[in-house]
Amino acid sequence: MALDDTKTKDFKFVGTRPERPDGVDKVTGRAKFGADMTAPGMLHGAILRSPHAHARILSIDTSKAEALKGVKAVVTRADFSTNPTFGPGLTGEPWNVLENVMAGEKALYDGHAVAAVAATSALIARDALKLIDVTYEVLDHVTDVDKAMAEGAPVIREGAADKSVPAGMHPNVVRYHDSGHGDVEAGFAEADLVLENSFKTEATHQGYIEPHACLGSLGNDGKGELWCTTQGHWYAQKMCAALLGLETSQLRVTASEIGGGFGGKTTVFIEPVALALSRKANKPVKIVMSRSEVFRATGPTASTSMDIKIGMKKDGTITAASGVFRLQGGAFPGAPCEFTAMCAFAPYALENVHQIGYDVMSNRPKQAAYRAPGSPMAAFAVESVIDDLCKELGLDPIDVRLKNASHKGTKASFGPRFDDIGLVETLEAAKAHEHYNTPLKEGQGRGISCGFWFNHGGETAVSLALSEDGTAQISVGTPDIGGSRASMALMAAEELGIPYEHIRCTVADTATLGYNEISHGSRVTYASGLATIKAAKDAVNKLCKRAAQKWGIPEDAVKWEDGCAVPSGANAGDFDPLPLAKITANMGATGGPIVGHFEATPEGAGVSFATHIVDAEVDHETGKTKIVRYTVVQDAGKAIHPTYVEGQFQGGAAQGIGWALNEEYIYGDDGRLQNAGFLDYRIPLASDLPMIDTVIVEVANPGHPYGVRGVGETSICPPLAAIANAVSAAAGVRMRELPMSPPRIVAALKAAQDG
Amino acid sequence: MQYYSPDSFSSAAEIASKAQGSIRFLAGGTDVLVQLRSDIFTPDTLIDIKKAEGAKSIERTEDGGWRIGAAVAGAEMSEHAELKNEWPGVVEAVDLIGSTQIQGRATLVGNLCNGSPAADSVPALVAADARIVVQSLSGERIVSVMDIPKSPGKTNLEKGDVVKAVLLPTRAERSGDAYLRFIPRSEMDIAVAGCGVWLQLDEQGVVSAARVSLGAVAPTVLDVDAAAKAIIGTKLDDAALENMAAVASSACNPITDRRGTVEYRTHLAGVLAKRAAKIAYTRAGGSQ
Repeated sequence: MALDDTKTKDFKFVGTRPERPDGVDKVTGRAKFGADMTAPGMLHGAILRSPHAHARILSIDTSKAEALKGVKAVVTRADFSTNPTFGPGLTGEPWNVLENVMAGEKALYDGHAVAAVAATSALIARDALKLIDVTYEVLDHVTDVDKAMAEGAPVIREGAADKSVPAGMHPNVVRYHDSGHGDVEAGFAEADLVLENSFKTEATHQGYIEPHACLGSLGNDGKGELWCTTQGHWYAQKMCAALLGLETSQLRVTASEIGGGFGGKTTVFIEPVALALSRKANKPVKIVMSRSEVFRATGPTASTSMDIKIGMKKDGTITAASGVFRLQGGAFPGAPCEFTAMCAFAPYALENVHQIGYDVMSNRPKQAAYRAPGSPMAAFAVESVIDDLCKELGLDPIDVRLKNASHKGTKASFGPRFDDIGLVETLEAAKAHEHYNTPLKEGQGRGISCGFWFNHGGETAVSLALSEDGTAQISVGTPDIGGSRASMALMAAEELGIPYEHIRCTVADTATLGYNEISHGSRVTYASGLATIKAAKDAVNKLCKRAAQKWGIPEDAVKWEDGCAVPSGANAGDFDPLPLAKITANMGATGGPIVGHFEATPEGAGVSFATHIVDAEVDHETGKTKIVRYTVVQDAGKAIHPTYVEGQFQGGAAQGIGWALNEEYIYGDDGRLQNAGFLDYRIPLASDLPMIDTVIVEVANPGHPYGVRGVGETSICPPLAAIANAVSAAAGVRMRELPMSPPRIVAALKAAQDG
Repeated sequence: MQYYSPDSFSSAAEIASKAQGSIRFLAGGTDVLVQLRSDIFTPDTLIDIKKAEGAKSIERTEDGGWRIGAAVAGAEMSEHAELKNEWPGVVEAVDLIGSTQIQGRATLVGNLCNGSPAADSVPALVAADARIVVQSLSGERIVSVMDIPKSPGKTNLEKGDVVKAVLLPTRAERSGDAYLRFIPRSEMDIAVAGCGVWLQLDEQGVVSAARVSLGAVAPTVLDVDAAAKAIIGTKLDDAALENMAAVASSACNPITDRRGTVEYRTHLAGVLAKRAAKIAYTRAGGSQ
């Protein structure tokens, strides 16, 4: 989608690095996060969770808990909506969310909510949970994706599969994806070398520092208020209304400041529970998850098992590629198998390509989005095989990727043809980078990988109101998870021609704007940015109209320049420029408040590519890896606030390092999570990371007025593969399973030694 | 829960001996308070020993060693230049525990009495041949570090016993100690395996005496005499180190859990023993 009013150069504000508007609040403690809100008469909620991976709930006796002094309400599944139109399967997502928020007939994973209490103190609520008597019939469980698909695996839920699943598959396989083009068998026959291998990745958690927290108030009249930490409060509004049988508009939801989400806060967990407790107790109820609850019961990403086959000619041309991607997404449909399959080969212009994806259920928590859901794992498998092909054929890994790179007009592995894209530019920048041209030290290995993500547009509404003093306030509906308030203010400043500091951007509540889709899909700077620009243009049109009125000339004889209305040409009349503040000073008398709006579902998000370079060292005796150098090269389309763009690049790399080296969900034989805390769920510490270099490539996205592409997700697509390639080179043995933890590396070295 | 804050160890012992139900001693609280807050364990009686006389002091003993009070924090040990100079392995082992904030609270005695097989300071104390001063109603007694741990989370201390202090011996001439642990990250983690080494050299640089201890590779800390014997009489040549590593590994009896496998821990014990021995050797004045 090309736009008619694009601007790609001569920016005055866009591309500068002003101070972030939320910085002072965050370092002084003034910012209000999910757990910071209180209300008069507030109760504290706590949730009882299943200790079993899979169990039938035979009975729940809450009488002792209800009798405890200070307990004001106890809820179970019976306190939620029984709307019969809900049903299993991905089309019945509200039913899935309800089933996840509060177990029905069965507890489906360790940590699954089965009842909740509201009491006058958090300690009383905690003690009351111990008085709830649940009788379970423990069932066989399965947590591994391959085992969950195998014959004889315990069935999580009959009838959850949709029509895409071929006959004869295990009932735990609930969705199937098959795409591609050309003839892969013919392509493999043309290759000089064909490699085929299998890969596995473990589930990882988004690891946001702020646990889920909310404060809900709901009356028996069906009117309510909810304060919560979320990436999407309109979604929270819609989902809570559905789960509690309310009218959507009667529930007002306000998003708090958010302490990280990375996709994990795109759904609801505790919010409907707090509202159900509040409705029963007739008091506001606050729930704050512990870190252990966050790990056990909120969304990690999917774990995977993948098979990749790629054929290459001696000159590096890829003749064919195929992949099978099995994703386990917990006890519900929704593992992003189609994204994994579609992203896998997207960086390459292939004549013959075929990909298959399976969405598999198991006894684990319901997976949630995590930065480019499904794509990083695919890149790990595919780019590892490409790396092996380059090594065996004696080819440079960047040259091979350049030779096969997708470009404008390429028919993508997942179907459509690409518009303007920046993959080749990222590869060329990587090849020219000092990092790539610096020799490695003894014992180090270097890895390269490309990565791809679609990016997203989505429903968006923005309103921009001018104040009498000539300042502006922007209301957006997308929670700020990556510096978007600064970026919105910069784009509005560019259009209005007033300083960045004169603009305040606020994340508005659900009563203030039309529906805004969640802050996900790297969509905010793209979609809310586009809407902010359009809303500012709308305000500018209204400002010009007031100037035209004042001057007594036609509206189209006025244009906007550097923050002032000016006559559009010599024959329009001779008037001094009229600054914005002069127009707003008496706008009440000249026609009323001046507000710009824009509401749409923009569809030109523009895909994004990155190339990462990693140097690693491996201690061959202990198996410990150190990442010694890291460079991210990514196409941002247009970097509105380059510091935030660099932050997104570095954040993706940092999370990728954790995912690649040490982070994993570890289950015992009993199906219980063994490491529900940051002690044994090992995200990297600051001291584990090198300084991460960044290079911003700018190939304008034709779907955005300034050329913006989302940058939040693509940055986590290449790391797993780039690190695996570096570690494998340093260790001298190919690592095909994540995380590449020290025990696993020592075992691989020993296996290689033993031949 | 009853909370007490006695001003002497003898009254702490008296309170403990009379208390009903479960008892915990509170020094830095880096285990006790964490367990309390996360609803893992709430004792009936909590006895805070920080105000007990001598609990917060590091003193030179008459024989030239050190007496470290039960509530001395890790940071206080790390900032004690003389102690650190004489027993660098012990001080480094304590310093590995937790973060800067934790170091302001965590204690050597707490690390011992928490009973974790992975406690970092315990193998270092064993290698240093430290002694433990225990107060009870019947008076004071001195026991070996090896006498304290019983099994994961359990000690051999009886009801009414309270640990007062740790005694470190005089640092012998041409001796040195070292402690190393392995964790997958750079800090803020629990040992997958740990190894303490103390050794003494003769005037020719030959190891004349040694102690090698291992942590996190068995239900309690191991004092591996055979590993010490493997390096006594050597200048820590490669063959001696390999021999010690093999003996250390064969002494292991670990479990597979979220931090490591049996095979990996067994392997690591040998690797760490070699590396720790080299550091101790250099500290003793030896050159390889």
